[in-house]
Amino acid sequence: MSDLPSELKYTKEHEWVRDEGDGTVTIGISDHAQEQLGDLVFVELPEVGDSVEAGRECGVVESVKAASDIYCPVSGEVVGINETLADTPETANQDPFGDGWLLRVKLTDTSQLDGLMDADAYAELIAAEAH
Amino acid sequence: MSKKTVLFDLHRQMGGRMVSFGGWDMPLHYGSQLEEHHAVRRAAGMFDVSHMTVVDIEGPEARPFLRHLLANDVARLTQPGKALYSCMLNSEGGVIDDLITYFLDAGWYRMVVNAATTEKDLAWLQPQAADFAVTVTPRRDLAMVAVQGPQARQRALPLLPAGLQTQASELKPFFATHGDDWFVGRTGYTGEDGFEVMLPAAEAAGFWQRLADAGVAPCGLGARDTLRLEAGMNLYGSDMDEETSPLEAGLGWTIAWEPAERDFIGRAMLEAKRETAGLRRFVGLVLEGRGVLRNHQKLFLGEQEIGEITSGGFAPTLERSIALARVAPEIGKGGEVEIRGKRVPVRVVNPPFVRNGKSLI
Repeated sequence: MSDLPSELKYTKEHEWVRDEGDGTVTIGISDHAQEQLGDLVFVELPEVGDSVEAGRECGVVESVKAASDIYCPVSGEVVGINETLADTPETANQDPFGDGWLLRVKLTDTSQLDGLMDADAYAELIAAEAH
Repeated sequence: MSKKTVLFDLHRQMGGRMVSFGGWDMPLHYGSQLEEHHAVRRAAGMFDVSHMTVVDIEGPEARPFLRHLLANDVARLTQPGKALYSCMLNSEGGVIDDLITYFLDAGWYRMVVNAATTEKDLAWLQPQAADFAVTVTPRRDLAMVAVQGPQARQRALPLLPAGLQTQASELKPFFATHGDDWFVGRTGYTGEDGFEVMLPAAEAAGFWQRLADAGVAPCGLGARDTLRLEAGMNLYGSDMDEETSPLEAGLGWTIAWEPAERDFIGRAMLEAKRETAGLRRFVGLVLEGRGVLRNHQKLFLGEQEIGEITSGGFAPTLERSIALARVAPEIGKGGEVEIRGKRVPVRVVNPPFVRNGKSLI
């Protein structure tokens, strides 16, 4: 497994969140998530302007193996989606923490990020799930 | 505790992600299921199918025994080496397993049965065999490797025992040859040309390694499933089981009704069912839009639920989703499948979807 970027926050549903410092965050799935799912063949994302709610599903990633809901880690308004995933969903396999990002959300409340895991806590979670 | 094939260590070394399947630890993929799928359609791939069980049926009454046991008729096999696909039915006409039988000589047939069903198959076979002068021998001493793809035969041939190469190179589709405890059939489960090779377990790792060195890609169960789905081949346990008759699983063509006096197990029930109105049809579905069809999703015609997907998935060769489904006879050219609460249109087609690398839809 690749190293977990330390500047990101993580969820127990295996998403990552990057604070862009301007009241928005970028959201993606972790390397562990893409590895568990296998080759992705379809990604369904919300539309720009949609409001999303923390803990509610806001999209789906489908691999050759299974469909998996994306649970939005934060509440806010969708201000961007990764259009390239429509044609090349495998980008989320190849570069999950970079070009394979899923969506950008303008936060209703920036304190939401405090409840998310840091890289060390997430690494422990993955290790615990492996047993 | 899952069982391990003789190639387990090699799978791990080659990056296999191991999963439990039918009581065995088997590779799901070695990195990318999609790349493995394409390797088989475009060049050559190999599968460890040692979890499946080779069963030898030997004795003077091997033929009458199999003519009673199987819904297809081994009397159709007149040339040595010829293979036959058949269902093994229970007395209700439900499918206990689907299998391949090779005719080797009048006193020797070889069957290959599914991994997950092996124990129940043997438990069924043994008492049936008691009425005939035959022995039933599971050949657990053999490993099995399928080499599939347009370049499979050319790459595998030089790696076979020298004494077998000429015979193997001359095999017609659905024929097998054997020698030195090796057995080579020009059969498979992918819709591509290739061989299925049974060989002494101790020689399997060397053969696998030499195939890899010859550029044959190791492929896991994931690619095996998408390849067989594109090829329109049934999967036991998904597309049919003991509650399903072959008539409703697209396998009517495997039932040998003639001669009428051949009394195979399940015949009486099948004959009654054949006359029943409203038998469900087994069809192929193609999803025109985006998304992935999955097992157990429901098919609708207007507001009426008319069937269920038995095998669904993404078809890498077609770059869209396809499925096999069991549906009411009134199905027309299309319908709608419910995917996570949303209805999406599908087109009805006749499988196979892909054969020898080419789309048929």
